[in-house]
Amino acid sequence: MKLKNIIADLKVYSRNYMRSTTAIFFVFIFPLILMLLFGSIFSGSSTSAVPLYVQNLDSSGNMSNTFIDTLNSTHFVDITMIPDNVNIRTYISQHSISAALLIPANFTSSYLQGNHVDLVYYNNPAVSTSSVAQQAISVTVQLFNSHFAHQNQTIALLSSSVTTHAANYIDFLIPGLIGLVILTSPMFSMTYIVSSYKKDKIFRQLSLTPLTRSEWFLSKFIWYLIISAISAIMIIAVGVLLFHSSLSLSLYMIPFLVIGVFMFTSLGILAGSISRSEESASVVGNIITFPMMFLSGTFFPIEIMPGWLQSVAHVLPLFYIIDGLNSVTIYSNFSSATLDLVVSIAVAAVIFGLTVLKFNWKEQ
Amino acid sequence: MEQLPAISARDVHKSYGSLKAVDGISFEVHVGEVYSFLGPNGAGKTTTVEMLEGIRKPDSGSIAVFGEMPWVSASKLRGRVGIMPQDFRFIERITPREAIKYYCTLFGVPDKSAELLDLVDLSEVQNVYFQNLSGGQKQKVGICLALVNEPELVFLDEPTTGLDPKARRKIWDLIRKLKEEGRTVILTTHYLEEAQMLADRVAIMDHGKIIIEGSPSDIIKKMGKGRKLVLRYSDTLYKHLADELKLECSRSGENINVSVNSNQDVLNVLEFANQNNIELTSLSLKEDTLEDIFVDLITEQEEAQ
Ligand SMILES: Nc1ncnc2c1ncn2[C@@H]1O[C@H](COP(=O)(O)OP(=O)(O)OP(=O)(O)O)[C@@H](O)[C@H]1O
Ligand SMILES: [Mg+2]
Repeated sequence: MKLKNIIADLKVYSRNYMRSTTAIFFVFIFPLILMLLFGSIFSGSSTSAVPLYVQNLDSSGNMSNTFIDTLNSTHFVDITMIPDNVNIRTYISQHSISAALLIPANFTSSYLQGNHVDLVYYNNPAVSTSSVAQQAISVTVQLFNSHFAHQNQTIALLSSSVTTHAANYIDFLIPGLIGLVILTSPMFSMTYIVSSYKKDKIFRQLSLTPLTRSEWFLSKFIWYLIISAISAIMIIAVGVLLFHSSLSLSLYMIPFLVIGVFMFTSLGILAGSISRSEESASVVGNIITFPMMFLSGTFFPIEIMPGWLQSVAHVLPLFYIIDGLNSVTIYSNFSSATLDLVVSIAVAAVIFGLTVLKFNWKEQ
Repeated sequence: MEQLPAISARDVHKSYGSLKAVDGISFEVHVGEVYSFLGPNGAGKTTTVEMLEGIRKPDSGSIAVFGEMPWVSASKLRGRVGIMPQDFRFIERITPREAIKYYCTLFGVPDKSAELLDLVDLSEVQNVYFQNLSGGQKQKVGICLALVNEPELVFLDEPTTGLDPKARRKIWDLIRKLKEEGRTVILTTHYLEEAQMLADRVAIMDHGKIIIEGSPSDIIKKMGKGRKLVLRYSDTLYKHLADELKLECSRSGENINVSVNSNQDVLNVLEFANQNNIELTSLSLKEDTLEDIFVDLITEQEEAQ
C-alpha cells in the first residue's frame, strides 16, 4: 500500500467529483434545503397560538374549567377539547395530535383540598410547537400552585413521552440530516461509479497500473469522509446560526461519521459490483437507500411510526448511526451511543467482507 | 545463445459459452519485432491480445510473455508492458494531461505529459474533459497511457481505427519510432496496407484460428497470383488478349485485368494495341497486395464453411 498512489488517485477522483454539479448539489446543497424546509415548517417562530388538545375528565368541576380558561388566556395555545368518553392515547394517534393534556376526574376536589394531583401532558418532541404548549401549561400550573402559599406542589405536570422534553425539532433534524449525508453521498455515487467503471472497463484499465484495489478503496473512503465532514459542519452551522439549535456537539460524533462513511462506501461498491448493468445498479442502489433514508429516524423519530415499522428500522444500518448521533448530541447518553457504535462496527465489518469478495477488477 | 522470445503461445483456446473465440493458436513474437494480428470482425484478435496482456484467462494452452504467465504474473509484467485496449474509455471529467500525470505518479516516473501529448498531437485539447473529446482524441489518450512506463512490449489494439489520415500517419511514425527504440509491438488493425508497411510479421486470423502467418512479402510471394496488367476495357482488346495471346483475362467494371508472367507478355499487349490503333487511356502494372490476399483467403474460408 503506497501513500503516493492513494494521494494520486484521490486527486483524480476528487477533481472528477467536484466537476459534477449534481454531486455537489446532493452533498452540500440538498441537505441544507431540507433543513430550511423542514426547519421552517416545524420550528417557525410564528406568533400564532399552537394547537393543544385537552381532555377534561373533571368537566363538572369548576376548577378544571378555570384551569382551561387560564390556559386559554395565555394566548400561547389554541385549545380543542377531546370528548371525555374516549381513550386519549387512541384519540391522539387517530388524529395525529402532537400535544394533548389530560385533566383527571379528581382535579377539582384534590385541588380544593390541597391534595396532590397529576396532569399528564402527551407530546411529540419532534414537533417543536409541542414545547410551546408545554411552556404555557407550566406557567398555568405555577399560577395555580401559587394560590397555596403553604404548599407549592399541589398540581404536578407529568410529561408522557420520550425523554426529549428540552429538545426541539431542529436539534433532532441535525443528526438526522448528517446521517442522510453519510448514507447518500457515498452510496449513490459509488453504485454509479462502480457500475459505469465496469461498463467502460476503467477498472480493467486501472488493473494495468500499479494501483491496487485497496488503495483505490481507501482513496474513495477518505474522499467521502472529507466531504461528509464538510457537509456535516455546514448542517450544524446553519442549524445553530439560523435555527438556534442547542445541540451539544461532541468529538464522539466523529466515530459515527467514520464508521458510517466506511460502511456506505463499501455498501455502494458492493451494490455496484453485484449489478450487471448501470440500470440495475441504480435500481439496487435505490432499493437499499430509499427505505433507509426515510425509516431510520432521519426526518422524524421512529417512535411516531407504527410498531412494525419501528422493527424494520432496527434492521437498517443507518438507524444505528443516527440513533448514536442522537444519543451523543441530544441526550448525551454515551452508553447508549457506545452500543450503537458497536452494532455499526459489526455491520460495517460484514458489509466490507462481502465487498472484498464481490469487488473484482478483472473478468475471467 | 538465442534470445528468449517476447511472447510464445502454444495451442491457446478460449471460449465464451459455446462460442470458440480462440481455437487453438500457436505463435512466437521475437523481441524488437512489430507483429500484427489481422482478421475480420469477431475473428478473435482482441481476445487473443487480451490473453497475452493477462487481462483474460485462457481456457487451455500456454502463454509466456518474457517467460512469465501473464494471467498469473500480471503484476510482475506491468512495468514492462504497455496496453492500449480497443474501445479505450477513461474517467469522464478528467483531462488528457491529468490522466497522463496520474499514470506517471502511479508508475513512479517523472511527469512526461507534455512530451506524450505532443507525440500524438493532443496538446491542443490537453485541458478538455475526457467525455468531451472526439472518438479519435480519446483513442490517442489511450495510446499515451500505454507509453507512460516506457514499455518493452506495447499492445496496440486498432490504434488507427477512426483516425483521420494525418493522425494515422502520426501513429505510423510513432510505431516506427517504437521499433527503432527496440521495443516489441503487437498491432491489431483492419488496414492491411498499414500492416504491410509496418509489420515484420503478420498473422491472419479467422474464426479463432491463425490461417496464415509470415512476413507480408513472404505471404504475398506465396499466396499472390503474380503480376497483373490493368487496362481500360475494349471488346477487340479483350478478344485478342484471350484468344490470340492466350493470357488469362478477367473483366472488372471498366477495366480488364490481365495476368502477366513476364515482361514479354506486357510488350505483346502493348504492341497489339499499337498495331490496332487502340488508344490506351489507362494502364498499370500491379502486384497482389496483402489486402488482395486477405480478401481471397477470407472468401475461401467462407466458401469452405
Ligand atoms: N466478453 C465476451 N463475452 C462473450 N463473447 C465475447 C466476449 N468478447 C468477445 N466475444 C466474442 O468472441 C468473438 C471474438 O471477439 P474478438 O473481440 O476477439 O474479435 P476481434 O477479432 O477483436 O474483432 P474486431 O475486429 O471486431 O475487434 C466474437 O464473436 C465476440 O462476439
Ligand atoms: Mg477487436
